Amino acid sequence: MQPLTAAGPMVSDDALPRRSSVRYRVPANPATSTAESADQRRAAWMAAAQAGDRVAYEKLLADSIPLIRAAARRQGVARDHVDDVVQETLITVHRVRHTYDPSRSYDAWLNAIASRRAIDAMRHRGRHDSRELHDSFALDRHPDADDASAASERQQDAQRLRAAIDELPPGQREALEQLGLRERTLAEAAEQTGRSTGSLKVNLHRGLKSLRRHFHGEP
Amino acid sequence: MSHAPRHETLIHALGAGLVPVRRLPPPWLRTLGWLAVVAVLALGLLWRYGTGIAMERWRASPDMAWATAGAVLTAISAAWAAFASGMPGRKASWAWLPVAPAVLWIGASGLGCLRTWVEPAAQLTRSHPAPDCLYFILGFSIPLSALLIWLLRRACPLRPVLTAVLIGLASAAASASLLEICHAYGAAATDLLAHAAAVVMVMAANAAMGGRLLSRH
Repeated sequence: MQPLTAAGPMVSDDALPRRSSVRYRVPANPATSTAESADQRRAAWMAAAQAGDRVAYEKLLADSIPLIRAAARRQGVARDHVDDVVQETLITVHRVRHTYDPSRSYDAWLNAIASRRAIDAMRHRGRHDSRELHDSFALDRHPDADDASAASERQQDAQRLRAAIDELPPGQREALEQLGLRERTLAEAAEQTGRSTGSLKVNLHRGLKSLRRHFHGEP
Repeated sequence: MSHAPRHETLIHALGAGLVPVRRLPPPWLRTLGWLAVVAVLALGLLWRYGTGIAMERWRASPDMAWATAGAVLTAISAAWAAFASGMPGRKASWAWLPVAPAVLWIGASGLGCLRTWVEPAAQLTRSHPAPDCLYFILGFSIPLSALLIWLLRRACPLRPVLTAVLIGLASAAASASLLEICHAYGAAATDLLAHAAAVVMVMAANAAMGGRLLSRH
């Protein structure tokens, strides 16, 4: 697996200029290319990615993560949920990469998508929170409320589950993340992923079966 | 808990699924494509009705000529703004582009109506049922809106309702422009109200349904 590195300086997020032209070649060594700005470098990578260059694409996506995080924070996304916005934005970038025009700023294009995904995440979070019950009496009497070892154990379980999900094929992982972890409805998950509800159900079933096999050794 | 491995896994998965893509043509080119269809409809109506009706109407009420120019410019600018709104990174303020021509369109129509009321001699002799205009604008707006939505199927409208409203405005303005070719009647308040009702209905229907069709991303 090739390491993903974000080499080279990042531009300020509030300076997202429109340029009249961009060179279409991928720089041989972006770190030493001082003539091109980071935005131009990413624009060139995206132009190459649109033509099917996987190496340029993976570099571009890795390089985009700090920009997505900055956009999410600007929109007011809580620190705990910034990485969810990163994931959603990367998936959207992949799905709509044909809408990027290499004669324009890549950073402005990415910033618009990331900001929209951040707003979607906050709306979804708001709906989710409004459905939750807040009963302080029940919380105070919950047997694990002050049990540090139980909390640590839960965290380790969550990490093990996360690692196991990360090992799953992309379709199964996506279905589990959307339907299981984020508790979206089938319709919402289908809208987010672009997959059919039937495909999501099949992938969820297979993903759960793989996890059972992973944790319990079930056939 | 670090999310870096999670992102790295996703990036490798996306990279593995990478295929070359055909870039979306620029907004002006897609606007021209849509306008070409409107032009074909206009040619069809001109072939059927000729230019006499529009000329007579504009001679009797020159404000209507300005209103037609405003409607044509509104259709062009709203269609371009709709296509531009489907390209992430374009300024959202471009959505205001059709406002100036729409003011010309509505203002000149209103002025023509007012002049007819103050100076009845300018009115054409023929009277007509206003609902005809309503059906004409609705009838042409539906396929023109559907065509715009189809042309935007590969775009990424991050504000789908705004894009849908622009689609509604473009198709209603284009339909009102086409109506001028065969609209042999003077400016009247009922006429103006019928046009306004049709435009509002088309925009509302697009906002309600087009927004959902465009919000796949």
